[in-house]
Amino acid sequence: MLKSFADHIVFNLFGLIPGSRAGEALDFFIYDTLKIFLLLTTIIYVVAIIRTSFPPERTKRILAHEREYVGNVMAALLGIVTPFCSCSAVPLFIGFVESGVPLGVTFSFLISSPMVNEVALIMLWGLFGWKIALIYIATGLLVAIVSGIVIGRLKMEKYVQDYVWEMQVGNSEIKVMVWREKLEYAREYTFGLLKKIWPYVVVGVGIGAFIHGYVPQDFLAKWAGRDNPFAVPVAVALGVPLYSNAAGVIPIVQALTAKGMAIGTVLAFMMAVTALSLPEAVILSNVLKKPLLATFFGIVATAIVIVGYLFNALL
Amino acid sequence: MKIEVLGTGCAKCKTLYENARKALEESGKSGELVKVEDIPSIMKYGVISTPALVIDGKVMFSGKLASPAEISGMLP
Repeated sequence: MLKSFADHIVFNLFGLIPGSRAGEALDFFIYDTLKIFLLLTTIIYVVAIIRTSFPPERTKRILAHEREYVGNVMAALLGIVTPFCSCSAVPLFIGFVESGVPLGVTFSFLISSPMVNEVALIMLWGLFGWKIALIYIATGLLVAIVSGIVIGRLKMEKYVQDYVWEMQVGNSEIKVMVWREKLEYAREYTFGLLKKIWPYVVVGVGIGAFIHGYVPQDFLAKWAGRDNPFAVPVAVALGVPLYSNAAGVIPIVQALTAKGMAIGTVLAFMMAVTALSLPEAVILSNVLKKPLLATFFGIVATAIVIVGYLFNALL
Repeated sequence: MKIEVLGTGCAKCKTLYENARKALEESGKSGELVKVEDIPSIMKYGVISTPALVIDGKVMFSGKLASPAEISGMLP
C-alpha cells in the first residue's frame, strides 16, 4: 500500500518515468521514509511502555545480585529496555559499580545499551527485513555478553578512577508509575525521540536513495565485497570516529549493500558506529583509566570484526 | 523550599531547569532553585539517570523531563 502510494506520487503526480534514475531514487526515498516513520512511531511507543518498568535504578538493583555469566546475559538484555542517555553514563557507571555490580557485567550493559535498541531493530527490519534485524540483535547481544565476560576476567578494577570507589552513593526510592503515567511517558518519549532522530532518518534515506539511483550496480562489490579480507576491519575503523546513530547509518548501508557491500561488513560497520564512538570514550575517561578504556575498545572492536567475518562467511 | 535540578549538563537537563524556573515563577511560591552539576552531589541522592528533580531533599523523579505544569503540581 505504501509502495503504490509512493509510486503514485512519483510517477503520476510528478510525472517521472518508471525506471529512470531520478524516478527510482525519489520513489525509494518516499517509500522508505514513510515505512520507517510508521514503524518507528509504533514500535518506539511500545518499547517506551516496557521501559517504564525498567528505570536504571531498578536495573542496577537486579544486576547487583547477579554473578558473572548470568549477570552478563541479564545485563545485555536489560541494556535493550533500560533507558539511559549518554550524558548520564558517568553517574550510571558509578551507581552500578558502587552497588556491587561486577565490572564486566557493567560493561555488558554499557555495550548493549547503545548498540542493541529499538531504533536499530526498526531500521533494520524496515530496510533489510526481519531476518537481518534478528541477526543483528542476537549478535549484538553476544558481542556485549562476551566482551563483558572477557573484561571481567581480566580483573581490571584497579583501572577504574580512584574517586569512583570513594563516592558516597545515597539511596533513593523508585517511584512506581501508574498506567496513566506510563502512557504519558511513552507518548512524550516517542515524540521526543522522533523529534531528535527525524533529520537523521531523512538525510540517511536521502543519501541512500541517491546511492540507490545513481551508483552503478556492483560498484562496491570489488573492494567492499566478501572477497576482500580487509573490508571488515576497515569498516570497523571507519565507524569509530563517525558519531551517528542507527537512524542515520542504516539507510546508507542498505543502499551500499544493494551495490555489492557484503552484509557482514555492513553489520560490523553499524556496530562500530553505535557501540564505539569517540565522544563516548571522552565521557568514559571520567571513570576509566586509559588501560581499561583501551582494553574496552580493543575487545569490543575485535568481537565486532569476528561477527563481520562470520556473517560474510555464512550469508 | 529548595528545588534542585540534577544533571551533568546535557540538553534535557537545561530544559528541566528552565521548566522548573517557570513552574516556580508561575506558582508565585517562594523558593530557591539550584542546578547541581557535580557528580558527587548527584550521587549523594542515589540518582543514576539524569536529569532529576529534587524538592527539599526528596527525589521527585529521575531520567526524564517534566513540563512546568507537572513540576508546579509537585511543589509543596
